[in-house]
Amino acid sequence: MTFFLYSLSIFLVSGLLALISKRSAFLSSFFGIAGCVAGCVLGLIPSIQVLLSGQGLSFSFPWAMPLGAFVLNIDFLSAFFLVPVFVLCALAGLYGGQYLYSYRSTHCLGFSWFCFNILVGSMALVIVAANALLFLLAWELMALASFFLVIFEAKKESVRKAGWMYLITTHIGTAFLLAMFLLMAQSAKSMNFMDWDKLEYLPSLARGIFFILAVVGFGAKAGFMPLHIWLPEAHPAAPSHVSSVMSGVMIKTGIYGLIRILSFLGFPSFWWGWTLLAIGIISGVLGILFALAQSDLKRLLAYSTVENVGIITMGLGITLLGIAYQIPVLTVIGFVGSLFHVLNHALYKGLLFLCAGAVLHGTGMRDINLMGGLLKRMRYTGLFFLAGAIAICGLPPLNGFGSEFLIYFACFTGGIPGSHNVAIPALALIIFLSLIGGLSIACFSKAFGIAFSGEPRHESMNHAHDTGWLMKIPMGILALSCILVGFLSPCLLPRIFQNYLSAEHLGILEKATFSLSQITIASIVFLFLLGILALVRSLLLCVRKVETTVTWDCGYAAPTARMQYTGTSFSQILVEFYNFFLRVKQKLSAPKGLFPEPGSFSMETPDLFQEKVFSPLFVRTGNVLCILHTLQHGRIHLYVLYIIVMLIVLLLWKL
Amino acid sequence: MEQLINMLMVVILLTNLLLLGSSRMGTCIPTLGFQGILLGLALPVLLFLPQGITTHILVLVLITIPLRGILFPFILFRVIRKTNIQREIEPFISYPVSIFLGILALVLAFWMNSRLTGMSVPSLHPLLLPVAFYTILVGLILIVSRKLAINQVLGYIVMENGMYVLGIAFAGEVHLLLELGVLMDVFVAVFVMSIAIYRISREFDHIDVNQLQNLKD
Repeated sequence: MTFFLYSLSIFLVSGLLALISKRSAFLSSFFGIAGCVAGCVLGLIPSIQVLLSGQGLSFSFPWAMPLGAFVLNIDFLSAFFLVPVFVLCALAGLYGGQYLYSYRSTHCLGFSWFCFNILVGSMALVIVAANALLFLLAWELMALASFFLVIFEAKKESVRKAGWMYLITTHIGTAFLLAMFLLMAQSAKSMNFMDWDKLEYLPSLARGIFFILAVVGFGAKAGFMPLHIWLPEAHPAAPSHVSSVMSGVMIKTGIYGLIRILSFLGFPSFWWGWTLLAIGIISGVLGILFALAQSDLKRLLAYSTVENVGIITMGLGITLLGIAYQIPVLTVIGFVGSLFHVLNHALYKGLLFLCAGAVLHGTGMRDINLMGGLLKRMRYTGLFFLAGAIAICGLPPLNGFGSEFLIYFACFTGGIPGSHNVAIPALALIIFLSLIGGLSIACFSKAFGIAFSGEPRHESMNHAHDTGWLMKIPMGILALSCILVGFLSPCLLPRIFQNYLSAEHLGILEKATFSLSQITIASIVFLFLLGILALVRSLLLCVRKVETTVTWDCGYAAPTARMQYTGTSFSQILVEFYNFFLRVKQKLSAPKGLFPEPGSFSMETPDLFQEKVFSPLFVRTGNVLCILHTLQHGRIHLYVLYIIVMLIVLLLWKL
Repeated sequence: MEQLINMLMVVILLTNLLLLGSSRMGTCIPTLGFQGILLGLALPVLLFLPQGITTHILVLVLITIPLRGILFPFILFRVIRKTNIQREIEPFISYPVSIFLGILALVLAFWMNSRLTGMSVPSLHPLLLPVAFYTILVGLILIVSRKLAINQVLGYIVMENGMYVLGIAFAGEVHLLLELGVLMDVFVAVFVMSIAIYRISREFDHIDVNQLQNLKD
């Protein structure tokens, strides 16, 4: 635990040092990166120790905060969430050093690094806090730090708008959490989590209310549809290492909070599982559909985050159903699957955002439709992106496959053979998860295929350059860990969970990981064969003459890069098919006449919920509240009059 | 003795009415200073003479008089000299109406006192609490009814004077440090406000509070 406290104080001190030395971009970057990496490494020690030993650590410190107590507790769940937080933040910090350095002449790097280190520290604190007030404070600190990181380029109008949207959404979530924590504390008569076990004896109505509040409050952070609207705005606006951390691990604090609260609420009603499953399916399917329709690379990744959160939530939903109907296979495998997906998503989504940042850094573009041919110019970034894309599509043997496989496995072995109570949700999950899988393959073939292969569609691609080593190494480590975690997951999972699960449950898990290991072996064999084929090919090519020529040369006299598929046209068939959900806006001015003048066609997919639900809602609320604006007229003496009237009324009332 | 205290209370009430009724800053500021001296010197001395004067009271008197009696009027005089303001011509509420409101406030203050049965301290003078309430209310009326920022400061000081009287009522019970803290606050507030008024007058050529509403977003 000492290491953990050291790590927290290193985040704070290094953040302050970066802030103090903000005049020198080099010094503040140095302090920021050094503090971030050192803190993360120190923080990893107790987390891994808890994961491997199964023994929780706790710490308490006298604190003069009313109702609060500085109680920290690292148990298995905290440790499991801490590991991706520290790993990804350290790597993103390293990456950010070089990424942000190019902004040094126009932006204050010291403040950004201060916020970054505070963000990392507050995320760690959220995960280990064992007191409701401490949790809320850390939660708020995390929201504010990430808000300031998002508005790094605050001079741009769009960035400010994204920042506001994030700030408002996260605070709506916090409002629900505040209500929930206060109600829970009132019922348990304590703010300390260790006294909250007795909440499970409450009537099911009260626990149901807590559950709803938790889903809305934590869902706003985690990005459950329809509360996800801040993700596609804030992620593209933020600097890439920040979006990587926010998407990779910060939104997972919402998942963590939900699991933590569920652990207090005891035996779940059956509708909890249904609710989570429905939210998961909606987030997953719509998330990947919207991702498919995007042409901004980072926006696409942001929607795909919504999709992955949906998968995690589906897993949690099936877990709750497993508990409610007492089917251990569903419970154990579903839970392990969603936790494992949390880790996997942190790894590959962190990687993909870093790669998107590298593309942005090298070309200055985020629009996929203008990219092309980047694999030749940014070889490493392209390969790392490919690894991340394969992992996120859930293709064996990379890590994304493992977690999705476990969720499928739970449904097939635990759900389908059971009664209709679980068979129907399990079947729904299988259907929609496979739909999501297919769509995400389409989505990432588009992202990788259009951006990295083919010919450049815009001249700025021609002088695209690969990034420096400081940015390549973190991406490389993440890509490697995606591959390694994928290969090692069959033996890794039982080892990690052996201290957490009972012997019987561990047996179930081992059965699942045994099947997983068979698939892994099969894919190793497949890869081996593929390697042999590649070897044969290169041997054959050795003795022949190899020429390069233009890609599009099928009888065209003057081929141009504009003949290629664009990202939008690649996904057009699917987008058209699902247009009922997507509501794509098309603008076509077709060429007319015998000698056609230039025509144009454009397509955009605004967020359905933002357009149809939230914007009208907020505009109406704003109009109603405008009536109150007459009270705020700026006349100071009348303000004082309000106070006097209020005071006198109170006085007269009480006398 | 009893007679003397009653007279003192009445004089304090009258200073308040004078503040409400006069438009000239040249009258208001000395009246404020006079009220400060009355509060600072006469009130504690007369009230606590029978029981013997403790160091607590002494410290309070020694700090209050220079502050409320001398320093505040001095600062305000400086401000009106610098901003070149003689009188407030058009307040929101005219002077006769202000006096009428003042009388209503007096009624309210006495009524409040009559309802405050739980707070009766045995050694308390019966007029002390009404005077305190009244002074606070007058301060608030001054703040609300006047346009010039300098009068807002004046009203603030009058209100503070009222709170001081309220504090005197419990002088034995309240910790000295607390009282000094309050005094310190008032001092800093007056200091800052006078600087602010000076700056506002330099920037906008007037110190009309009503026009400050243009500054809202």
